[in-house]
Amino acid sequence: MAEATVQPSKTTANRIEIVLIGLGVAALLALPFFVYPIFVMKMMCFALFACAFNLLLGYTGLLSFGHAAFFGGAAYFTAHAVKVWGFPPEIGILTGVAGAALLGLVIGFFAIRRQGIYFAMITLALSQMFFFFCVQASFTGGEDGIQGVPRGTFLGVFDLQNEHTMYYFVAANFLLGLFIVWRIVNSPFGLILRSIRENESRAISLGYSVQNYKLAAFVMSAALAGLAGAIKALVFQFATLTDVAWQMSGEVILMTLLGGIGTMAGPIFGAGFVVALQNMLATSDFPVTIATGLIFMVCVLIFRRGIVGEIYAWLERRRGEKPE
Amino acid sequence: MTKQHTILYLDGVSVAFDGFKAISNLSLTLGRNEMRAIIGPNGAGKTTMMDIITGKTRPDIGDVYFDGVHDLTRLDEADIANLGVGRKFQKPTVFEMHTVEDNIALSLKSPRGVFAALFDLRSAEAQGRIDDILEMVRLSARRGEKAANLSHGQKQWLEIGMLLAQDPKLLLVDEPVAGMTDAETEETGRLLKKIAQTHSVIVVEHDMHFVRELDVKVTCLHEGSVLSEGSLDFVSSDERVIEVYLGR
Repeated sequence: MAEATVQPSKTTANRIEIVLIGLGVAALLALPFFVYPIFVMKMMCFALFACAFNLLLGYTGLLSFGHAAFFGGAAYFTAHAVKVWGFPPEIGILTGVAGAALLGLVIGFFAIRRQGIYFAMITLALSQMFFFFCVQASFTGGEDGIQGVPRGTFLGVFDLQNEHTMYYFVAANFLLGLFIVWRIVNSPFGLILRSIRENESRAISLGYSVQNYKLAAFVMSAALAGLAGAIKALVFQFATLTDVAWQMSGEVILMTLLGGIGTMAGPIFGAGFVVALQNMLATSDFPVTIATGLIFMVCVLIFRRGIVGEIYAWLERRRGEKPE
Repeated sequence: MTKQHTILYLDGVSVAFDGFKAISNLSLTLGRNEMRAIIGPNGAGKTTMMDIITGKTRPDIGDVYFDGVHDLTRLDEADIANLGVGRKFQKPTVFEMHTVEDNIALSLKSPRGVFAALFDLRSAEAQGRIDDILEMVRLSARRGEKAANLSHGQKQWLEIGMLLAQDPKLLLVDEPVAGMTDAETEETGRLLKKIAQTHSVIVVEHDMHFVRELDVKVTCLHEGSVLSEGSLDFVSSDERVIEVYLGR
């Protein structure tokens, strides 16, 4: 966008975003000295996963119910590449991302042919087929999953066994992933995606091959979800069926809606919130699923834009009340 | 007029929806840089004709050629749009969540591929064209605002601007002045005439004052085929046109 055109509604959002980014990065660097690093790494994995999902739901208007296949699939690919083939972590992660992208190409190819609930059902069905494949295939280790995945040495220099080194490695990947999402959303490509979300037939009449755009967005979203899954496999040093199961697809939808779809920060907050909640309730007797379910209901009934979405809307309203 | 010399050539086109003949044996030709007004009662097939030209609806039989060589019955919507057929819908359909400027930018004639869009940064030349178009449709002052905030008439102009940005050879304009004030209508007429100097234009319109202002050849459709064609005076004095459309 040309700098010359000052857009009041965008600058408010931008200013908040810049402050948030600054605070976020600072907090990210300092956190491992105060909080259990693995916990923050888990948050980052899920936050990136949610952002990848939001690229599709928030910016393209496609509700996928099968994103666990990319997240969990990449975890398996990376775990296998690192453990069995002995790949270094960076190549292992790339293997996971490439696998997820390929999977996204196949599932997306079929799913984008339909819209709305049918799109969601096709993604669910195909991801369930992939889940079944993971249960049956020998390399995934069935119910046991792949255990004892070595973290290795990044670029042959950084020993990822060290908790803090691993932490900053994950943080760097997380920020890279977010940057890619931000770049996609703010490119002409992203503008076209949002146009498709708003009015698909109008975008077609302008001469855009909507199907190609949807597929491209789907593959990008899958690859980024794969990046999140690949890192998670290295952080926890295992890949299991939990990450490919349909509940995981539901969880990412919950995180994204809770935080606010169609915003950059929303899915990060949503994911952080859900992960923190799960962590808190893990030691209590109160069932986690009931808590997240209740919160989800409150969110849908009271703040439909999600946490961050409501904050933006509130700021927008306030700006409207006192003309500048 | 032979097919080679036309921008648009429809011959013996028919299409039926569930047995209802929306278009029946319609033949119509439009020359290069010609502006044509299409009138006719509701259900005469005006919008269906637009749908056929843009590839939204496939005719059951008949030939539809663009620029004398492109068989539009074989191409899909996006291809036809890229060939140079732009359409303004009856109800203004702009992207309400985008800014006025982004609406124009989206429509700008440029490579439409996925990879081109991913790596494309807006050039100074493109920016210049956006500025020109915004000036032409009188929306320069509101470029940074969301299109949702525009008045009805301004949305119509924005859509005409989007059409110009596509730089099509043929513009299909469906009821451009519906809901406009008299002053806006007059302005729109001037704008369309200016556009018609370098483009072929089809205007569908009910407002007879506006059609008179355009001062172009008129085609009256009825029950899916051409009822009368000629100057506005000729058409409006045609007994059959008075019977079905203008009333006595």
